[in-house]
Amino acid sequence: MLEVKNLHVQVDDKEILKGMNITVAPGEVHSIMGPNGSGKSTLAQVLAGKEAYEVTEGEVTFQGKDLLDLEPEERACEGIFLAFQYPVEIPGVANTYLLREALNAKREYWDEKPLKHIEFAKLAREKMKTLGIDEDLLKRSVNAGFSGGEKKRNEIFQMQILEPTLAVLDETDSGLDIDALKIVANGVNSMRDSGRSFIVITHYQRLLNYIVPDFVHVMVDGKIVRSGGKELAYELEEKGYAGF
Amino acid sequence: MSVDLEKLAQEEYKYGFVTDVEQEIAPKGLNEDIIRMISSKKNEPEWLLEWRLGAYERWKKMKEPRWAFLRYPEIDFNDISYYAAPKSNPRPKSLDEVDPEIKETYDKLGIPLEEQKMLAGVAVDAVFDSVSVFTTFKEKLAEEGVIFCSISEAVEEYPDLVRKYLGSVVPRGDNFYAALNSAVFTDGSFVYIPKGVRCPMELSTYFRINAENTGQFERTLIIAEEGSYVSYLEGCTAPQRDENQLHAAVVELVAHNDATIKYSTIQNWYPGDKQGKGGIYNFVTKRGRCVGRGSRISWTQVETGSAITWKYPSCVLEGDNSVGEFYSVALTNRRQQADTGTKMVHVGKNTSSTIISKGISAGEGQNIYRGLVEIGKNAEKARNYTQCDSMLIGDRCGAHTFPYIEVRNSTAHMEHEASTSKIGEDQMFYCRQRGLSAEDAVSLIVNGFCKEVFKELPFEFAVEAEKLLSVSLEGSVG
Repeated sequence: MLEVKNLHVQVDDKEILKGMNITVAPGEVHSIMGPNGSGKSTLAQVLAGKEAYEVTEGEVTFQGKDLLDLEPEERACEGIFLAFQYPVEIPGVANTYLLREALNAKREYWDEKPLKHIEFAKLAREKMKTLGIDEDLLKRSVNAGFSGGEKKRNEIFQMQILEPTLAVLDETDSGLDIDALKIVANGVNSMRDSGRSFIVITHYQRLLNYIVPDFVHVMVDGKIVRSGGKELAYELEEKGYAGF
Repeated sequence: MSVDLEKLAQEEYKYGFVTDVEQEIAPKGLNEDIIRMISSKKNEPEWLLEWRLGAYERWKKMKEPRWAFLRYPEIDFNDISYYAAPKSNPRPKSLDEVDPEIKETYDKLGIPLEEQKMLAGVAVDAVFDSVSVFTTFKEKLAEEGVIFCSISEAVEEYPDLVRKYLGSVVPRGDNFYAALNSAVFTDGSFVYIPKGVRCPMELSTYFRINAENTGQFERTLIIAEEGSYVSYLEGCTAPQRDENQLHAAVVELVAHNDATIKYSTIQNWYPGDKQGKGGIYNFVTKRGRCVGRGSRISWTQVETGSAITWKYPSCVLEGDNSVGEFYSVALTNRRQQADTGTKMVHVGKNTSSTIISKGISAGEGQNIYRGLVEIGKNAEKARNYTQCDSMLIGDRCGAHTFPYIEVRNSTAHMEHEASTSKIGEDQMFYCRQRGLSAEDAVSLIVNGFCKEVFKELPFEFAVEAEKLLSVSLEGSVG
């Protein structure tokens, strides 16, 4: 589904990714772990198409398409979703409004009819319940005045509505208490199926108790230095990154 | 922001067409003869002609104001024609008598004059260049005692009311453009709401400039008697032309005890092209007097058009406990310049005012907020809240804020908040990552920014305003 080959990326002339490789097959959950500054978030942003990141070498194919050739919105419509580490606030724009526009943009991309208000409201209400999100949160401006936990839950809520093919979760667990963490993990687990893949970026092994990955990759200084099964996460927890 | 909007966004200025209609146009230039000609065309009484000539005398001695933060070449006031009117039936009794070309123009503008086709509950006065061509729902409004007609008609039918109030808010020598307007005003709307009446429908005037090299000088007068309520809306468009055209209007509002006037504007005059060629010069004086206690005047404006905008809708809060409000969205794209804001003059006790201004600059647009809050020495416990936000899109535009505050009473309570933000790369990226195109993302973010103002507009027009904003932003992202 996703193939990243020898990816080199720089920001402001500083090379952050230095020959990154990863292959994700349909239905797989990959976890990328690594210390601060190792380039984990950069990978997430590059996959989503953030302009400030310059790809100097390498290639990224997503479902047979050259991903780097697509605009951010095209990647989104093709099925890539990024749960942001720091979701932005958009004052005056109702959360539900952005989401309905987003969903309908995607439907239009695939020549499907846009959802009517009522249909969307029904869909939103269903998803909300499972994530323990208040209806009130839908009416409020996007992320404005949301607590850290609310923002993260909102990201997962958006993911559930948009039903991506590949979801990249960028430190979605940071700043969450254990209850919120469980809700977020349930949100992800309920979406796992043979056609959908996840890349879960995290510092901590804790999240992986709830979202059990098929593969764990350790990233240091812009490269993946070791890959393994879920047991690699326990090893990391014990030994830290110093050994890599 | 679905398919319709995308279609809209691809159009440049969709109101830029010209109506081919036989017009009577006065020769260019301004002098006493022209003023006499206008006055006689309109069968005006002697006092009004004298009033006009007096204004002209004053105007001749005045200097064009240049204190605004605006750059434009000198205007040659003798290179403008001051009167243009379609030759057809000047005051049609029914819609059948209106020139079909003109009727079609309003259809194209989305303002059908057939009452059954109108938005439910909206009456329209249609002003085409210098004259009102038709007013809808007149009979229905008359049942409630509401007068809604062109000002020319009011001069003939209700001379006492016009004489009493004309110039009572904006005196004929108030400023350069008000004096010019007083001398040559041609048409506009007149509204009178009797005591205790809540006007049963939205009243609106649609101003259309069509003739070439012609200025539009309309005059609107709205009087709300004790305990009455009226919501009034004006819309404006003009053909796309390479020359600049002048529009200098005067609007006067009078609110008596416990009366409320809500005045909304959606201004979409032709803004000029990307190189700054053409477009309307919009020099407007709008002022309301809250003469009665507990009266309220609320201005809401969405300014997206014109090459130059010079406009400060104001409230003079004379009555105790009266309220003045100003909600504004001003957008400048391409080479547009807007110097706009308000004046809140607190005279009575316990008067309060609210100013919410949202300026959006894109392209090479310059957006200026200029506001004055004045608390007089007898205005015990006056309150003002001002919020002034600017948003920049791109790095070739500008936003400037000139707030003036003069307080002569120590019991006043003033609040002022201001912010300037650049449309966030992060906000854009977030929206695009969710699947919105760059254009849609900008319009979503900007519409959110303006929400506090849009919610003051009558519902149908709020929808209109959102669309208009999106269209006006077209081409603002690279």
